Amino acid sequence: MLVGVLVHLALLLAFAPLMTGVINRTKAVFAGRRGAPLLQPYWDLGRLWRKGFVFSRTTTWVFLIGPVVGLVVPVLASLLLPFGALAAPVTFEGDLILFVYLLGLGRFFTVLAALDTGSSFEGMGAAREVTFSCLAEPTVFFAFVVLARLADRLSLNAMLGPHLATSWDTTGASLGLITVCLFVVLLAENSRIPFDDPNTHLELTMIHEVMVLDHSGPALGMILYGAALKLMVLGAIVVRLALPLETGWGWLDALVFLGGLLALAVLIGVIESTMARLRLTRIPQILIGTTLVTIFAVVLVLR
Amino acid sequence: MSGDVGAGVFIRNGDCLSLSLLQPVGWEDFAGVLLDEVKAGGRVAAYFAAPAAGTALDLFAVIVQDQTGNLRLLRSEIDGILVSLTPQCPQLHLFEREIAEQYGVKVEGHPWFKPVRFHRAWRRDSDAWDRDPGAALVPGDMEFYRIEGDEVHEVAVGPVHAGIIEPGHFRFQCYGERVIHLEISLGYQHRGVEARLVGSAGRGAATRRRLETVAGDTTIGHATAYGLVCESLAGVTVPPRAAALRAVALELERLANHVGDIGGLATDVGFLPTASFCGRIRGDYLNLTAELCGNRFGRGLVCPGGVAMAVDAELVDRLGRKLAAVERDTRGAVDLFFGAPSVLARTEGIGVVSSGTARELGLVGVAARACGLPVDSRRHQRTGDGFFGPPETAMMEDGDVQARGRVRKREIQVSFAWVAQALGGLPDGTALRDLPSAAPSSLAVALVEGWRGEIVHVAVTDANGDFSRYKIVDPSFHNWSGLAMALRGEQISDFPLINKSFNLSYCGFDL
Repeated sequence: MLVGVLVHLALLLAFAPLMTGVINRTKAVFAGRRGAPLLQPYWDLGRLWRKGFVFSRTTTWVFLIGPVVGLVVPVLASLLLPFGALAAPVTFEGDLILFVYLLGLGRFFTVLAALDTGSSFEGMGAAREVTFSCLAEPTVFFAFVVLARLADRLSLNAMLGPHLATSWDTTGASLGLITVCLFVVLLAENSRIPFDDPNTHLELTMIHEVMVLDHSGPALGMILYGAALKLMVLGAIVVRLALPLETGWGWLDALVFLGGLLALAVLIGVIESTMARLRLTRIPQILIGTTLVTIFAVVLVLR
Repeated sequence: MSGDVGAGVFIRNGDCLSLSLLQPVGWEDFAGVLLDEVKAGGRVAAYFAAPAAGTALDLFAVIVQDQTGNLRLLRSEIDGILVSLTPQCPQLHLFEREIAEQYGVKVEGHPWFKPVRFHRAWRRDSDAWDRDPGAALVPGDMEFYRIEGDEVHEVAVGPVHAGIIEPGHFRFQCYGERVIHLEISLGYQHRGVEARLVGSAGRGAATRRRLETVAGDTTIGHATAYGLVCESLAGVTVPPRAAALRAVALELERLANHVGDIGGLATDVGFLPTASFCGRIRGDYLNLTAELCGNRFGRGLVCPGGVAMAVDAELVDRLGRKLAAVERDTRGAVDLFFGAPSVLARTEGIGVVSSGTARELGLVGVAARACGLPVDSRRHQRTGDGFFGPPETAMMEDGDVQARGRVRKREIQVSFAWVAQALGGLPDGTALRDLPSAAPSSLAVALVEGWRGEIVHVAVTDANGDFSRYKIVDPSFHNWSGLAMALRGEQISDFPLINKSFNLSYCGFDL
């Protein structure tokens, strides 16, 4: 199990920033630019880590705990997930609840840290973040219900197990629906276009970014790294659903998984390059829509 | 120039008038005619005071009749107090506050009586708000409109912004995500442009350079208005070649800024391709202007008497070729933007200004034309030389973000066609002439349709022919109020997008 944990963590910690790099490169290509180096996110993290902390006098320890929790939570959550065909190092019945609320815990502390600054912008961002993630949560749970039903188990490792390849033949409609819906949730949860714009400088329009405006140096580095890890963790579910290949060779499985993640990053980049942001009032409608679609997917597997 | 009909005098754009022909009338006549004109569809292009004998002030109003192309000038005299006409004619509200701030007169009955640019009155001994004469004035130091209530919250944005933009303070009263009221406070860039032009200091090339930077992105517009004022005071018109080159430069300025604005809209909605393309293409237009005069923003091109740069046939040819190449790129980037469903969904129905509100506030330029008001100085205020730009006024009806974008799109197309044609048929001959000395005790008005809208310059000369008062009205002066109204009832998250669709000047307002 120790080896599993180490492999898992190594893959996660080393690979996650590359996805951000690939997204940015894809967007650059679409915009006709050469773009930043693929490894730029790593250099950025290194640069931020070498900086000093700056704390406002009005903030408390809560302000620092936000980024720390935001970094730790995706790491813990990743241990519950299989990375492609590589089994999850930690697994037990009902761990899907823990998985969802670990991510909820991270959000809770990010929001607290934002409110701790007392800035009106950060308060607005926190309100938006909480509202939208409330609406995203049912989608995830109904998608997990579908998976649990197919696997007849309540652990993520089993739900995303090798049976998925055959399930695509029998219940492809349900799996297709939840894959798309989970991808939409992934875009919303990771503040990507069309839900949020990670590049904007307009604090009034931001959702996630505005909550971390006051963080700098290593704290900002933790937030960026945590965001990259979260993208990879949520991406791992989508990739596993869309690409349930098992070769039997450990290293080949890992390559398939990482290749899937890169393809996912390119897909996100393409969406960001070809779509405008949604009006903020439309976001709840989309998320409720994905909930309804996943409920329909549940109905399909229950009949 | 036509004769008197009732109070005041009618002139045309670019005319000069001896002050002896424009005698002050009584306040009742002045106010009555002004309100009647506005009721009949006129717009107040400028409303300002100038020092008269003793503590009295000369009060001037320039009213534009868009239908006839006439300008009606009114003059009255006040002493100590100005009776507010804002309740009957809202478009005067800023003009009256400006007069109060500049000359320290109180305005009686003004519903929104606050400073405009937070500077000391030009007459040191009086202050319209009775502020402490020793205290430093800080922009934004005033009572903002507040809405009380447990669930109402206030959001203050600026004057320091996250982007590299000019300073301005925005105060939102919000109920959740909905904006109930927006108040805008400017003045952070007040440089005292108008005061510096008075007397012998207003002569010479330094003045021209100062006026070119009234709003840095509207160099040609303001320089042309200044040129027209000087020429009309000197009683000459520029050579046809100069008039044509000025108009071409004005359209190039419009093209550059409109393309930049559409790119800005694309950035704000997160539509990447157009955002990147337009950023580059805007540079291409600026480079075209640089070919013309050596400066990307057109500095040093337009001067009183004509155009300072010699433009030979070879350069004209090169400009035409380059323009054709940029046109293809522009068309692609702009069509991509207005063809994307996600963009249309994002921009439609946001930041609506009704045509009634636009008329009441006296909006000008792109913002007015997007509400279906045919306000365009190029069309209605021709100076008679036949070279004042494209014949078509681009209009939309909806008054939302998309309408303002589409007006720009259409103007880009119209300007292209016109510039290509104008470059092909440039009149020959000299492009610069000497100016005789300026007429003493006269008043000259020049209107130029800059890319943002109508630029108004009014000069009053003293007995020596120097400026005794120089009034500048940048289109932003009218349109900031339009932005505040456009935000009513909108989502606060839409503010940056709505703001970008107006893209107003801070320094043009602050003067």
